[in-house]
Order: sequence, then C-alpha cells, then structure tokens
Amino acid sequence: MSSTSLSGGAARAAASKTTKPNKTDKMPEASPSAAGVHSGAEVGNELPVLGHPTGLTDRYIGKTGAQILLQMLLEHNVTDAFGYPGGAILPTFDQLYDTKLNFVLVRHEQGAGHMADGYARATGKPGIVIVTSGPGATNTVTPLATAYMDSIPMIVFSGQVRTYVIGNDAFQEADVTGITRPVTKRNYLVKNVKDLPRIINEAFIIATTGRPGPVLVDLPVDVTTNKVESAIDDTPWLPGYKTYRLGHSRMVKAAAEMINASQRPVLYVGGGAIISGAWKIVRELAEKGNIPCTTTLLGLGAFDENHPLSLHMLGMHGAAYANYAVQDADCLIAIGARFDDRVTGNLKLFAPKAKIVHVDIDPTSISKSVKVDVPVVGDARLCLTGMIELIEHRPRQQWLEQIAQWKAKYPFAYRDDSPVAKPQAIIEAINKATAGNAFFTTGVGQHQMWAAQFIRWSIPRSMITSGGLGTMGYGLPAAIGAQVARPKDLVIDIDGDASFIMTAMELATIRQYQLPVKVAILNNNFQGMVRQWQKMFYGSRFSNTEMINPDFAAMAESFGIRGIRCEKKEDVQKVVDEMIRHPGPCVVDFLCETDENVYPMVPSGKGIHEMELGIVGSAPPNMARDMGTLA
Amino acid sequence: MRHILTALVMNEPGVLSHVANMFSARGFNIDSLVVGRTEDPNLSRMTIVVIADERTLDQVRKQLAKIVTVVKVRDYKDSPYVSRDLMLVKLGVTPRTRSEIIELADLFRGRVVDVGHQAIMVELSGEEDKLDAFVELVRPYGIRELARTGVIAMARGVQPGSGDEPAMENAPETPRMVKPAGKRQPTQAELEATPPG
Repeated sequence: MSSTSLSGGAARAAASKTTKPNKTDKMPEASPSAAGVHSGAEVGNELPVLGHPTGLTDRYIGKTGAQILLQMLLEHNVTDAFGYPGGAILPTFDQLYDTKLNFVLVRHEQGAGHMADGYARATGKPGIVIVTSGPGATNTVTPLATAYMDSIPMIVFSGQVRTYVIGNDAFQEADVTGITRPVTKRNYLVKNVKDLPRIINEAFIIATTGRPGPVLVDLPVDVTTNKVESAIDDTPWLPGYKTYRLGHSRMVKAAAEMINASQRPVLYVGGGAIISGAWKIVRELAEKGNIPCTTTLLGLGAFDENHPLSLHMLGMHGAAYANYAVQDADCLIAIGARFDDRVTGNLKLFAPKAKIVHVDIDPTSISKSVKVDVPVVGDARLCLTGMIELIEHRPRQQWLEQIAQWKAKYPFAYRDDSPVAKPQAIIEAINKATAGNAFFTTGVGQHQMWAAQFIRWSIPRSMITSGGLGTMGYGLPAAIGAQVARPKDLVIDIDGDASFIMTAMELATIRQYQLPVKVAILNNNFQGMVRQWQKMFYGSRFSNTEMINPDFAAMAESFGIRGIRCEKKEDVQKVVDEMIRHPGPCVVDFLCETDENVYPMVPSGKGIHEMELGIVGSAPPNMARDMGTLA
Repeated sequence: MRHILTALVMNEPGVLSHVANMFSARGFNIDSLVVGRTEDPNLSRMTIVVIADERTLDQVRKQLAKIVTVVKVRDYKDSPYVSRDLMLVKLGVTPRTRSEIIELADLFRGRVVDVGHQAIMVELSGEEDKLDAFVELVRPYGIRELARTGVIAMARGVQPGSGDEPAMENAPETPRMVKPAGKRQPTQAELEATPPG
C-alpha cells in the first residue's frame, strides 16, 4: 500500500505548489526541453510526479463511487463543500451524513456555486459543490461561467440519471456535460466507477493548476452506488494538458531590458498576480524600478493602495490618473491581466506610446486583443522572480512627478450635497471603520465600482467580486463562502438593492450556520448602473430599472438575522460601526441618493483618456492632442 | 487566407464538441474538419481548414492547444506538406457518355468504382483544386450525388519539433504524467508485479 498514497499526495502537492523535486527517471520524456530552455531552471521547475510504480492500486476495492468520492475529497484536503441534495445525488449525500467534511446546505444551487467561488477566492483552495441532476446542475451554470471568466478553481459534482437511461429524457435528466462545456475548463461524465478515482485526481489538477478554472464531474446514480471490484489505475492521464511556469529566459531578459530602458513605465496588475501569489514580488519590482502600479478590478489587493507608487484601479471606472498614466506610458507591463475591454476602452487608442510586456500563464491571452511586444508565458510569481534580478534601479523622477500631479488633481471624488447619504460616503465610512482590513464581496453595478474606488485595498484576496461575467447576485453567496473559509475574519458584502435580492434567499443559509456575515445594501431603489447608462445614453428613459423593494431590515429579521435600516445620512458612520461590532450576521439597508453616477467613466468606443470626469473637472488639455481620438 | 491545422486529440466522447464549441464560441470559421483514427487507439487526428488572417490563425492554434482533450496542435503555415481530399461522385450516364466519363476519370487518375445503366460512380483523390476542377468538368453530365471527405494533411519529411506547437514562447510543462500516451492499460508485466488482493 505504500504506493497508494502517492497519487493523492502528489495531486495535493500540485495544488498547493509545494512540489517535491522530481527524482524519478520516468519524467524527462514528457518535457524534453523543460530543463534546457530556462536559464533559471532550478527555480520552481520541479514537476510533481503522480501515479504508482505499478499503475494499479487495490485501495478502492469494495468501495462504492460515493464512498470513493468522499474519501478522495478528504485526501485532496477538502474541508468544506456547498450544495443541495436531490434524487440522483442521494448516494453521495448519504455518505455526507457521517463525514468529517463540513457541508453547507444552501437554498439554491446558484448560491452553492458562488459560495464555492467566494471560498476559492478567499483562500486559493478549490471550491467544492455537490448538487443533483437536471435543474440542480443547470442552476450551477451561472457560477461556472462566473468562475471560468475569472479563472477561479472550482469543482462541481453533479448527480446524473443512471447510465443506462441517459438520453431517454428521464426524470431530472439534462445533458449537463453538453450544457456546461463552454463554461468549464474541463468536464466529465463518469460512465464507470472504475474511472472515478482517476477523474477526481484529474479534476483537482485541472481546476487548480495553470490558469485555474471550474471543472464539472457528472455522476450517474449507478456510478455512485456501484462498487469497485478489482485493482484500478487512478493515475491522471492528461496528455493534452500543459501549464507554463517559468517564462522563457530570453523573453524575461528582453522584458527586463525594455523596462530598464523605459522612461515612463506602468505596471498593470490583474487577478493572475493574486492567483500566483505574486504580490510581494510585484511590490519589489515596483520599488526597485520606481514603477507606478495600477491594478484591475480583480487585481485589487495585489498592490497596497496606500503605497505612493499605487495608481489604484484603471479602466472604464478607474482612476483618471491611472488611465492617463497608461495612455502616456512608454512601457506597459501587464502581469496576470488580460486586456479586458473594460480596461482598454477603444483598442485603437489604448496605450498608444507603450511597448507592451505581457506576463501571463495562458498563451491564448497573449496578443488576443492587444499586440504584445514581449510575451512572457508562465506563472507570474516565478516569471517575476527571474526578472527582478535584471531590473535596474531608476529614479524616474520626472515621470513620478507627473503622476503625482495627476493624482493631486484628479482624485476619486463626489459631492456630498443631497439630503440622503451619498453611496460613496457609505463606502468611505466602511473603509474608515475597517481600514480595508476585511474581506469584501460585492454584487455588480455602481456599488461595485464605488467599492473598488473608495475602499483602500491593501490585502490580497480581500476583494471578492465577479469581474468578467458581471454576475448580479454574486455578493451574498460569495460572502458566505468567504466566511466559511475564514470563520474568524470580518466579511462584508457591499451590495446593491437589485443585486442583493437576486440571491437573498441565502440569508437562510447564513441563519442556519450562524455565519457572522455583514451585508451593507446601498439602496437607491434602482438598478443603478443601468440607470446611469439610461441617463447618459438613452435620454433618461428609465425603462424597467426602478425597483420597488421590500423592507430589507425587516426581511433580515424574519430570517432571524439582525436587520438595521439607516435612513439619515448623519447616522451612517454610527450604523456602520454598529454593524461591524455586532457579533452575528447583520443586514443594513442604507438608503442612498438615487441620482448619482459613477465617475470617472469611459464611454464605450472612447479611449481611456477620454473619460467623463464628472465633478472632478476636465481633462488636461494636452491629453486628447497627444493620445489622439477617433471622434 | 486558408490555413490547415492538424490536432491530435484524445479519442473520447465530447472532444469533437470541445473543438467545434471553441470555434463557434470564439467566432472562428471552419472550412472543413476531418476526424479519423491514428495508429494509437487512444488518439484521433483532426485536420481543420480555417479561413483566417495570421493573427486569428495564431489565436486558433493557441485556443486549440488550450483545450484539455487536445494533445498536440500543428499548423502548416511555414512548412511543406501534402494535403489530400477524397471524393466519390455519381454521374448520370448514357451509353454515349460512358466512355467519355471513364476517359476523364482516367485523366484525373480517378477510378470507376461502380457502373450501372443510368449512373457511374467515380472515386478521386488529390488536392482540393484538382477535385474542384474535375467536378466542374463533369457537371454537364449531371451530378447525381457527391461526397467529399474534406482535407487531411501531413508535413513532408521529419522536421525538428514537429508535433509540438512550433511557435510556443517557452516549453510547456506537464504537471501530471506518468506514462507515455497510449498506455492506459497496464502491461502484463505490471499486472504480474501487482501483489494480489
């Protein structure tokens, strides 16, 4: 049996990136050039070795598929899972009855998916979901798509009808692998219990390595009830799966030279820096080269925003100074970011003066939308570790002075001129009370952008938000997932009224497990962001965006959760403090100004220097001239 | 531009759907796609013809390689290759035209594989252009039915790095492994080495 623990152990090692050096002779065939190409081959170039010397193991004999699933989840260091039972997954739920695994029963499978996603974002561990067939599985499609867009490790185990009735339109049958194929990194329909251990091992590797992503494993009833009867091979077989770790040494060198030669470099840091744990090295890089650093929405927390080199968030609703810096830069260093359209605005006008270095683990991200001059394909942390040696100190006095001027002139701002509280003021109060020292989740819309702008992000993984897919209703379940992952930490869902009510039934989950999640609803009785677009681009015709909401505080109370309604602007700080001090869960309904827009805003089709600045004023006169415009 | 790519893929249900899905989801156009067995029962080979500019081709190649069930991708942009298309065409005949058609088939190195009173079936393989030319030539005789396989292609000679994506920026690593492709089943020796029980 000595060989039997190797597979699970090695898969775990792959997941946690603490792999042991490869000492067997079996490997080199797989990656003949791996050692030769990289000059820094000794750094992080160890490959995990999976499998058994013999290929076969008898450890699963006599166990049902459901038993194997639970056993293997524990072996893969899973401690928590989220889900909802149903007919086709009952054999697995029966095993959950007396397992060590902490299982969180949700109210809707979409909630389970977002919880697992929030759990994964708060920890880096894969989020686990267990749901039934048909509607149970289809309800996880939105969370899968959310996780896929934002590269979040997550594994959904869905029940399925018995293998011999698949295709017969059986009760609660759906072609789940067919439906989820475009929104998963990989999905499986397990047809024989003998394949299950191998598939589970593969699922963990695929979900957690390379560019992480969601995996779905569809489990027919007879697979979870049948027993393994003979020795089987649980070794992952992934001949087509490649990941990249160290960048090509020539590219790393070229990148460093380009950075050293630049006068006006900008670091543009995305979620990849958080996934790879690159925040320390990003800071070292910025400080060593005196390079100002802006982050994407998903990169918030990867660079301390209190640092003088921080440019805060860039993009459509990013800081004016971040956008100006990118547009004026002569070298843009993208790290784990993918030039999303919400970042670049009009591609033809994006970073017109810059040579572009792109560090990314996914080769398909390179030159997908923006032509890259120096691609470095690999893990952000490992690539930068190799690069930083070659970075030379530069004062870059003039550039930093220019940026300091922009920062002084175009800060995030709002005018506190309404009888009810301004939403920005509420977020500032939360920022003041927490000093950014909490895990924040959000829904999608104006409140999300204001949270990004007015919280001073300094802690990696502290911003948990749906970026790529923009999934309204994400905030509450994601907060539950984060709280399950970090039971001792403060978790605050900054939500909008429309986003919140999309998944508000999960308040019952909060109540059931007494999770001390705080929910701050910025309630303007509108779908604020859609309203903003209608106001700016559709002649203030507010078509179907006004919300007649319930009394959220009373609603929370009916779930057995402390509910507070904050109507007066002068009470905001007091109520925020009270919410945070409250030991249990707490929902606060902050009434706030309806007619408020998020600024800056880059209108669609414009370059990111062509922002509407709102009350901040007008752009520097030379901007449009220097950057060009399509208008 | 028309480009030919080949992809070695895992031989299991869903792979074709992965590939087809990727093309439709990303808005790439497939001109033809052929799937067939290879010498290894665990692997199939797809030959895909796409119409794309260089940059799109680069994305297609990388997106294909990213699919977990796709093992290797190769494009033939910068290398000499042989491509073939196979066609069966059934033509209407009269006693008068039969010999003309047989003569044309001979000129194109085609073979007559079925002859009837009213129809004749010709098998023809070659580059797509050649097949197109033949079709135009025999169209006046009346095409009853026509089937083409689509293009398959293979690089000439043995080229350095063939098989691996040629233009990758760095060497891919494989965080798994164990066995070379095509050895899912343990060997007899392995089976014997396993302690019973």
